[in-house]
Amino acid sequence: MPRLAYSFPEEVLEHVFSFIECDKDRGSISLVCKSWYEIEAWCRRRVFVGNCYAVSPATVVKRFPKVRSVAIKGKPHFADFNLVPEGWGAYVFPWIKAMAAAYPWLQEIRLKRMVITDECLELIAKSFKNFSVLVLTSCEGFTTDGLAAITANCRNLRELELRESEVEDICGHWLSHFPDSYTSLVSLNISCLGNEVNLSALERLVSRCTNLQTLRLNRAVPLEKLANLLRGAPQLVELGTGTYSTEMRPEVFANLAEAFSGCKQLKSLSGFWDVLPSYLPALYPVCSSLTSLNLSYATIQSSDLIKLVSQCESLQRLWVLDYIEDAGLEVIAASCKDLRELRVFPSDPFGLEPNVALTEQGLVSVSEGCTKLQSVLYFCRQMSNAALDTIARNRPNMTRFRLCIIEPRAPDYLTREPLDAGFGAIVEHCKDLRRLSLSGLLSDRVFEYIGTYGKKLEMLSVAFAGDTDLGLHHVLSGCDNLRKLEIRDCPFGDKALLANAAKLETMRSLWMSSCLVSYGACKLLGLKLPRLNVEVIDERGPPDSRPDSSPVEKLYIYRTVSGPRLDMPGYVWRMEDDSALRVS
Amino acid sequence: MLLLMEKQGLGLGLEITELRLGLPCGEPVEKKEKKEKKRVFSEIQAGDDDDDENSSSEDRKVQTKNQVVGWPPLCSYRKKNTVSQTKKYVKVSMDGAPFLRKIDLAMHKGYSDLALSFENFFSCYGIREALKDADNAEHVPIYEDKDGDWMLVGDVPWEMFIESCKRLRIMKRSDAKGFDLQPKGSLKGFIEGVTK
Repeated sequence: MPRLAYSFPEEVLEHVFSFIECDKDRGSISLVCKSWYEIEAWCRRRVFVGNCYAVSPATVVKRFPKVRSVAIKGKPHFADFNLVPEGWGAYVFPWIKAMAAAYPWLQEIRLKRMVITDECLELIAKSFKNFSVLVLTSCEGFTTDGLAAITANCRNLRELELRESEVEDICGHWLSHFPDSYTSLVSLNISCLGNEVNLSALERLVSRCTNLQTLRLNRAVPLEKLANLLRGAPQLVELGTGTYSTEMRPEVFANLAEAFSGCKQLKSLSGFWDVLPSYLPALYPVCSSLTSLNLSYATIQSSDLIKLVSQCESLQRLWVLDYIEDAGLEVIAASCKDLRELRVFPSDPFGLEPNVALTEQGLVSVSEGCTKLQSVLYFCRQMSNAALDTIARNRPNMTRFRLCIIEPRAPDYLTREPLDAGFGAIVEHCKDLRRLSLSGLLSDRVFEYIGTYGKKLEMLSVAFAGDTDLGLHHVLSGCDNLRKLEIRDCPFGDKALLANAAKLETMRSLWMSSCLVSYGACKLLGLKLPRLNVEVIDERGPPDSRPDSSPVEKLYIYRTVSGPRLDMPGYVWRMEDDSALRVS
Repeated sequence: MLLLMEKQGLGLGLEITELRLGLPCGEPVEKKEKKEKKRVFSEIQAGDDDDDENSSSEDRKVQTKNQVVGWPPLCSYRKKNTVSQTKKYVKVSMDGAPFLRKIDLAMHKGYSDLALSFENFFSCYGIREALKDADNAEHVPIYEDKDGDWMLVGDVPWEMFIESCKRLRIMKRSDAKGFDLQPKGSLKGFIEGVTK
């Protein structure tokens, strides 16, 4: 009987493997046998590194010599909420340096929550002749000078996307560095830039790049200029406006409306800072074909929102401020039957009193009317177990459910009880739930439900919840597919962590801040689990100066094959493992 | 190695287990009271002791909560771009500079952002050079808090700082003789943020 694994020449296997794109499958292939490992490694073109410290750049380039596309994530998710102090790490430079040497044909770099400097951008521009895609999400550390290096040198650039990144805006002329002969732009997102870019350069760029599909402008682009830009790119599929407001002038309005009518392919709209409602009807011609609408910066009232959204019958994704109110959500439930994702953000997150009529009822309505709804992020000020139960029963197909009740530890407003049963219903009925964020008053009980039912749960975010270590124990011992766990301000301490220490090696990372994990427990974890980096973050000074029983401020534990990182700032201490203490 | 918890649950049963990390005399780690500096979210801010710039012009009296760090969970980009919260203008003086300036703290996202503003306002008075060398910095940023005490900038989380800062002063280190002004943690980051 011929051994099939050896009966195909390498080229055939390589060709077969090239159809496998999913990382997990690629990983499985590489485990079959040594030759499959090698062939797979040779032909892997895309690498995703979920935690930049889990593996070293050297290891990656050594194993996968022919990569064309790289995606890397850096800081923990809670960095978005200012819980990770400045200077923590996630520097991309070592990666760029290693790839500059190893991957001269690299085409794509996608980074999230990383620090990228102008020096990095210059190195990218210099090292990769075919470079075509740069997507920076929630990144920082660079200026428009760095961008100028990219635009000036990357002849084959197709995508340049800056999403919610901190860019020091020195000069708007970086955009003008695209040579006149350059026409390959497909996607440009400058929405997070503070200052004006050179508008005439932008207009010329947009009109000569006939393949342009995505254009996300920044707030500084005035509304009067939008019509011209649209006319230069009637093939646009995704548009982010700049400021959507100016003096109401009929000719500006007419111009804009006509320009929008010319964009027959438009499917996605965003931007809408400073909206003047009287300009919204200019959008009506495109509403019925929109699949994605981001109005989360648009401070317009319910009635104007309703007039707009009720026409968007093809909508699949809607991001909006809570100005939409329960009434608006009811209209959406009736009109947007294709809705898959809803995000409702708070217009006044720090106000004491509710400023809008948005309650749990809005979410209930949408869960009833939108049968394809699977992803929810909802900020509100009151919730009940009954509502959560209804939502869960309505939408067993829910895969991502993030609820933020603005007041920490807020109970069920009808019964004054914890919201354990409500969230319990969510995990029980939504059997494919992958991501869950909790809020409100919650006891250990909710974690028992999560551990029992949340078998597909991959990411869990917890704040101001639980009573004892039992809560954490339920999650760590019950959630078989848990990859990321982030916890803040919960009374979880050493017991659950130590009892489930081995679980931590099966996860990407664990974040705990303002909990009750002691320094001694951290030391023990670090000692016993050498394949984890157990990092204590404490801005009060060395943990050694406090008793072992003293709780650490913050704790970040992640698995890694590359040992301790070498770039920790002064307020991060890695707990040593045995190998560091052994004298060999 | 590590223990079986299932049978006993993690309640009292754990007191019996081997892995005890309390003091040798055997006290379990107790639930601590909330630390003073993190006040209960829903405490209402005591009165409006603000000056004119901070008072809202709306009819409805808007009271903001004492802000817990990073809550509600909104990324800084979104917080900055959402409907403006009350503006928070404070005076900034620098020793040696003839004029004071005013800074809107609400428009800054963090300490390094603030450091940049200092640089913009006072660069011609030497602050850039001063802040480059954190350990030997000639100038130290301090602020007056609600209680009237002068505090070193950078010790507390940013949101807490905005809440309690009444005015800022960039002081000559030599005026603070006898005090240990080693910048720790955030302050060091703050200073390094300027020099990057």
